[in-house]
Amino acid sequence: MANNGPAGDLRLANVTKRFGIFTAVDDLSLTIPQGSFFALLGASGCGKTTTLRMVAGLEQPTSGQILLGGAEISRLRPYKRPVNTVFQSYALFPHLDIFENVAFGLRRRRVKEIAGQVERMLSLVQLEGYGKRRPNQLSGGQQQRVALARALINHPQVLLLDEPLGALDLKLRRQMQIELKRIQTEVGITFVHVTHDQEEAMTMADTVAVMNAGRIEQLGAPAEIYEFPATAFVANFLGQSNLLAGTVTGTSGADLLIEAYGSRFSVPVERARVRQGDVHLGVRPEKLFLAPAGDPLPAGHQGVNGVVTDSSYVGVSTQYLVRTAWGAELAVFAPNTGIGGQVPIGTPVTAHWHPAHAFVLPREAGAGDRTAPILPDAVAAAS
Amino acid sequence: MSVLSHVGAPVGGPKDTVREPVAGQRRRRLLPYLLLLPGALWLALFFAVPAVQLAATSLYDPAGSLDLGYAMTWAFGNYPDALAAYWPQFARSFAYAGIATVLAVLLGYPLAYAIAQKAGRWKNLMLVCVVAPMFTSFLLRTLAWKTILSDNGWLVGLLRDLHLLAPDGRLLATPAAVVLGLTYNFLPFMVLPLYANLERLDYRLLEAASDLYASPVRVFRRVTLPLSMPGLVAGTLLFFIPASGDYINAELLGTPNEYMIGNVIDSAFLVRLDYPQAAALSFLFMAVILAIVFVYVRRAGTDEVV
Repeated sequence: MANNGPAGDLRLANVTKRFGIFTAVDDLSLTIPQGSFFALLGASGCGKTTTLRMVAGLEQPTSGQILLGGAEISRLRPYKRPVNTVFQSYALFPHLDIFENVAFGLRRRRVKEIAGQVERMLSLVQLEGYGKRRPNQLSGGQQQRVALARALINHPQVLLLDEPLGALDLKLRRQMQIELKRIQTEVGITFVHVTHDQEEAMTMADTVAVMNAGRIEQLGAPAEIYEFPATAFVANFLGQSNLLAGTVTGTSGADLLIEAYGSRFSVPVERARVRQGDVHLGVRPEKLFLAPAGDPLPAGHQGVNGVVTDSSYVGVSTQYLVRTAWGAELAVFAPNTGIGGQVPIGTPVTAHWHPAHAFVLPREAGAGDRTAPILPDAVAAAS
Repeated sequence: MSVLSHVGAPVGGPKDTVREPVAGQRRRRLLPYLLLLPGALWLALFFAVPAVQLAATSLYDPAGSLDLGYAMTWAFGNYPDALAAYWPQFARSFAYAGIATVLAVLLGYPLAYAIAQKAGRWKNLMLVCVVAPMFTSFLLRTLAWKTILSDNGWLVGLLRDLHLLAPDGRLLATPAAVVLGLTYNFLPFMVLPLYANLERLDYRLLEAASDLYASPVRVFRRVTLPLSMPGLVAGTLLFFIPASGDYINAELLGTPNEYMIGNVIDSAFLVRLDYPQAAALSFLFMAVILAIVFVYVRRAGTDEVV
């Protein structure tokens, strides 16, 4: 249990939550450093909201511990925890005006000098002068900011955000993402943000934990996870990946040799999660290039041959589908640099990449197989 | 021409296209009044006309009688006379009904809350149980209480054995019996509006409050109770008004010492045949109820209810 991080770290140690026979959170251990912006990313039902609710005290863990700054809080009632939540539905009190909504936590703790603090908080979320209004008189974005102010005013050690931007339209959501990041930097409170939106998690968080079926599949900085995913699930949940099923046949110097569909590929050993057996060879679509079939590839590149079967122009890039000889479809995103034209459908091409951009993931035989979460040292799990 | 903008026809359009929409518009304007007509007729016939009749009766010469006939003498003195003679029954009506209302809130609020928020799949069954007694007659239910509270009943025996009641103590024919009867008989009127309100209570608001440092007691005081005020006001009014006007409970479970204003009006109309006094008492009662309701709703601050 030794941990020499700052005093305010939030730690989950072997936390499990079961609802009947369903395991929502499965032996989860992680440390969220004080002052960080941490995102729990996953599809709905993956256990991320349950994890958040256990930290808030709205659910009791079936087993395991939740520690805040070394103190065990998992058995404390929610109103005894120095933790506040911004709820997905905002849950503003309809019978109170905005001022009283924001002041709610301070009043319950019998804090003096409420008015000044509320005014300051309303101006932090840019809602000066809205104090006398009722929640139903505000727009969704304004209500979201009231919910944020109502939680932040209590200076919690940890602020929990449960998909707070889910109800907002795209433009407002982008705006609020920047806003939230600004406020987090300003107040320096630990933010734990639950979301299913991978772009939101990547733009805002210092550290992202990708959850699947009650476990963390991978944890790290957004770029780390994106550039070198740990599992096939992560590779496809965070962005898109082309995964070729192959088998490791050996090594050659610093490279791992992989055979897939009769072709041989190489990947630097440090880009491989496993070094033997059945693997996925993965490449991100934007790291694939198209060349006319038969043309020489750039030095060091390797590729597969195929035919363009689909192309969609999305402005910043054109997204192609290339069907290989063995029937797999590869996605290729070609940036719209203005150099070179569109590749017509039906063109025989070679999709090629630099081996340093590829990665190797374990390939499980059965669907239920799982791998241990990969935890970088910076945010190491308790053990 | 302002009509045109409502129906979407271009202003200054050809005359032919204008005529039809205007006729349709007129019909649409009349529709609400047509829908109001049956209810308005009903109210006029069975409320407004009898109310005027009753008001007139209350001002008849008190010296008249059913045999001799009544003369309209604008006898406003009927009112102070009636009040002077029967103010104890007035006071008793509101006291009994008031105590019964408090008891009904104490019983009904937790019950309604439990059914609405905690009953799960038992919700409908429990609601049926609340309403089920209403399937038997009011009179029959009150008579059943008379049996339960009777001097040789098991309840009195038990209370005497436990020394909660003196050896010669009684339950029947006491104020407590009347209040109990009122509480029992009108409880569903308290529970149902409260249930309807608490059923819509968003538990996420309660979670939010407890996340914001409110203990369970404070969550109730600051969130649940204020949000359920419309249900509570509706329930107390639906309970208090008929309970204060009731006379069956006092008649069957009490003695003349427990008689309420309903008993007096009943006897004035049907036994003593003193119509002017009965009418004056009815009007006084109505006026007091209206005043109480007005003040109460104002104080409760729920403009959504009335």
